[in-house]
Amino acid sequence: MAEELAIRLRGVVKRYGHITAVDHLDLDVPTGTCVGLLGPNGAGKSTTMRMLTAQAIADEGDLQVLDFKLPRDSKQARAQCGVVPQLDNLDVTLTVEQNLLVFSHLYRIPRPDRHEAIERSLRIANLVERRDAKVDKLSGGMRRRLLIARALVHRPRFLLLDEPTVGLDPQVRQELWALIDALRSEGTTILMSTHYIEEAQRLADTVLIMSHGKGVASGPPSELVSTYAGSQALEVYGPPARLAEVQAEAVAAGLRTRRTGTSISILGIGGDGSMFEGERRPANLEDVFVLLTGEEIE
Amino acid sequence: MSTFEQPRLGRLERSALTGVLVREVVNFSSYWRSTTFSSTVEPTIYLLAFGFGFGSLVSRIGGYRYVEFVATGTVATAVLFSSAFPAMFGTFVKYKFQRTYDAILAAPVDTEELVTAEALWIATRASVYGCVPLIVAMFFGLDPSWGMLVVPLIAWVAGFGWACFGIMVAGFASSFENFNYIVSAVLTPLFLVAGTFFPLNRLPEWAQTLAQLNPLHHCVQLVRHAVFGFHALSDLGSVAFLIAFGLLLWRIGIHAMERKLVD
Repeated sequence: MAEELAIRLRGVVKRYGHITAVDHLDLDVPTGTCVGLLGPNGAGKSTTMRMLTAQAIADEGDLQVLDFKLPRDSKQARAQCGVVPQLDNLDVTLTVEQNLLVFSHLYRIPRPDRHEAIERSLRIANLVERRDAKVDKLSGGMRRRLLIARALVHRPRFLLLDEPTVGLDPQVRQELWALIDALRSEGTTILMSTHYIEEAQRLADTVLIMSHGKGVASGPPSELVSTYAGSQALEVYGPPARLAEVQAEAVAAGLRTRRTGTSISILGIGGDGSMFEGERRPANLEDVFVLLTGEEIE
Repeated sequence: MSTFEQPRLGRLERSALTGVLVREVVNFSSYWRSTTFSSTVEPTIYLLAFGFGFGSLVSRIGGYRYVEFVATGTVATAVLFSSAFPAMFGTFVKYKFQRTYDAILAAPVDTEELVTAEALWIATRASVYGCVPLIVAMFFGLDPSWGMLVVPLIAWVAGFGWACFGIMVAGFASSFENFNYIVSAVLTPLFLVAGTFFPLNRLPEWAQTLAQLNPLHHCVQLVRHAVFGFHALSDLGSVAFLIAFGLLLWRIGIHAMERKLVD
């Protein structure tokens, strides 16, 4: 192996009754990088995350986290891992500092280091001033920052972020992106699941696109875009009937298209002129995402 | 980033139990007033209602003054109310609504440790609240005795079993409504046929035999004997029964929560 892997999944399968939530998934998270699991709701991202903390047990496949095999040695792995859950599970009647104190015990920080660990987490999350505030008095953004601080209190070797900004205002999202980006630039290994394309594009070094439990493509966001969507896309606007015509013609000409709400995007057009009138724009990760995970919403 | 040194991790580790206990203790600091209030007021009401209500009709029962009979019996009630109920509701809330257990199990804590620590904590609380009826009864003329010093221990063992019972119920329940079945069909009969308010020796034979399977009855007997004088053989039997009850429900509770928490 050229680079050291913090997480390595091979052929991982997880079934719930007839539903295969994760279907022969391979995943590598090299140390010191941020990997984004990108996929629509129900693609198997959260199940993958839960398997990494042994809160779901795989039916097949090999899971290795650091030097530990899961689920057998998952407790060791969990001791070195920080988890930011999708759903807030802070103790709301406790203060910010008390929440961190509890986790400093759960993550077995030795007594002499506990105080400094809590102070450090408060600084990272910019919550020093709010240390004595009860959690139910915090804003949504502060609560998210506290969740991240809580996951970092024991200086984990890697961080699992499950949909870190879901349901937050754009301003709060920016603020969290800045925080995650700061962690990333310090070399923290991160595995992040998200269904926000922009989030993956901004934060992830490599992205694994998931659909129906399978990994359908992986690579750095820019490579995925050039491989699957080309460099340029053309957006053609018009009434629905016209859009349907354009789409049929483009498909007939061997071009890939996708619906972009009020327009049709024709992908992979070269530098030459095109047979359609429309607005050129650079291809983006959303084009790749929709091409690979399908246009239908389930 | 450097990580704190980690020794090899095993089962039922002290540090994992401590972690969960610390969470409970810190949380308790935010709600102890209301819990202590209800845990004190409830047995006191039972004591007053039965002790004075019934006590005016019946002055002595089974060789004891009625108020003393009820006071010692109510210890078991107080233990039940401060263990089985908080375990049932608390576990369900922490699992389903607060998602606390998701957070704890993402840490180096296993379900076995989580359930064990929760039961240890509830048992400890129950052993303290279980003594309240005796303290209240002293104001109504119950004489202190050395045997009373064992009562917290009895309450602890019984409380551990009932805590595991509550955790098990929460583990198997799919909604809060399920608890109604347990409260009506299991806890209420056990509570009434435990020898708390009336002696069981006037009941039909079959009911007396069934009562021998009631952990609450064993708790009542032990507490009464601790206060007024031990009956060596039957008391050892009761202790053994309560320990067996605790161990059995402990394992079932762990199993129920594992099913619930780990897919």
